[in-house]
Amino acid sequence: MPVHVKIPTPLRKLTSGEERVEVAGATVGALIEDMERRFPGMRERLCDDAGKVRRFVNLYLNGDDIKFLGGLGTKVAEGDEVAIVPAIAGGRR
Amino acid sequence: MTVRPDGLRADSLSDLVGRTPLLRLREVTRGLPPQVRIWAKLEGFNPGGSVKDRPALRMLQEGLRSGALRPGKVVIDSTSGNTGIALAMLGASLGFAVELVVPSNASVERRQIIQAFGAKVIESDPLEGSDGAIRLCREIIARDPERYFKPDQYFNEANPLAHYETTGPEIWEQTRGRVTHFLAGIGTSGTIMGAGRFLKQRNPAIQVIAVEPEDSFHGLEGLKHMASSIVPGIYHEEELDDRIPAPTDEAYDMVYRIGREEGVLVGQSSGAACWAALKLARTLDQGEIVIVFPDFGDKYLSTNLWRGWGEIPRPADLPSL
Repeated sequence: MPVHVKIPTPLRKLTSGEERVEVAGATVGALIEDMERRFPGMRERLCDDAGKVRRFVNLYLNGDDIKFLGGLGTKVAEGDEVAIVPAIAGGRR
Repeated sequence: MTVRPDGLRADSLSDLVGRTPLLRLREVTRGLPPQVRIWAKLEGFNPGGSVKDRPALRMLQEGLRSGALRPGKVVIDSTSGNTGIALAMLGASLGFAVELVVPSNASVERRQIIQAFGAKVIESDPLEGSDGAIRLCREIIARDPERYFKPDQYFNEANPLAHYETTGPEIWEQTRGRVTHFLAGIGTSGTIMGAGRFLKQRNPAIQVIAVEPEDSFHGLEGLKHMASSIVPGIYHEEELDDRIPAPTDEAYDMVYRIGREEGVLVGQSSGAACWAALKLARTLDQGEIVIVFPDFGDKYLSTNLWRGWGEIPRPADLPSL
């Protein structure tokens, strides 16, 4: 069940420069796990040691902030798009 | 209450830029040796509410002097926020139209303030960060170069010069020449370059230390991770004695502590500077550390700093020394 995830510039070094990746999972949390398998280091950038999303990270599902949906348990379906957006960041690599 | 002897009266808003107070941090520094003191330069006292009033004013003055800025020209720049506010404020005061390219994930308060001064906000892709704003700004100017004056804070020597001429001398005077370490976050690097250069000239033993985000993926609005960014033309790494990488989560925790313990509400970049200063202070037996608090925190109430995931940590849960 592929879902598209948009990757911000500073994390593209993990995805070999890809701006948009296809990952699988039924929830946003599962997508992060799948990304971690394919792009090691991704989970640590997005989540703290306790597995919670870091405070400065925003995750949007089809434009809606998942904080106000179901958090990491938010259900995703084929064709959905998730965007990872840091509070503010420079960086071109 | 007494009237401050240096209470200012000014004929123009520009005259109110600078001369900000230096506050000793007494609570977050508990546990440090008594001979180690940390002083915060409260740049939120500038009329536009941030340190950026200084370079913005100096860059406009230099433009007027050189003739690059003339009546009828539009002031345009890319900015993550505070420079935009400073330019918008000074544009209103001096009578210039201002257009600003801002990543659309910059805080909503900042954009509203810019618009309240009558300036135009042009949004750039949030996924591209401040580098995306720089690129979009270049494209807009390329379409009609004659229309615009671009202060270009990343490449304009008037930016560090503002700090060489004002921030540096103020710190020297306010510490009576006793400052031993100067720490500031790097955004454009103007503050650390300009004030650092002045202080080094007065006393080469003063350590000039830049604070930067630990990682290219961070939440420290206003700061730049140099290794992964378009390097500003005004940045000269060889003039720094050291760089301290600051993690976003620890910087945020510091913001909460500074608010509760010092009674000063600051933004994320101040939290990063203070976290780095404490890290440094723990390695010293004596020292007068001066850090820059680039602004106050009211502009960030809608950001992840205060409205992130879950609860803001309670005082007991925050790490101390």
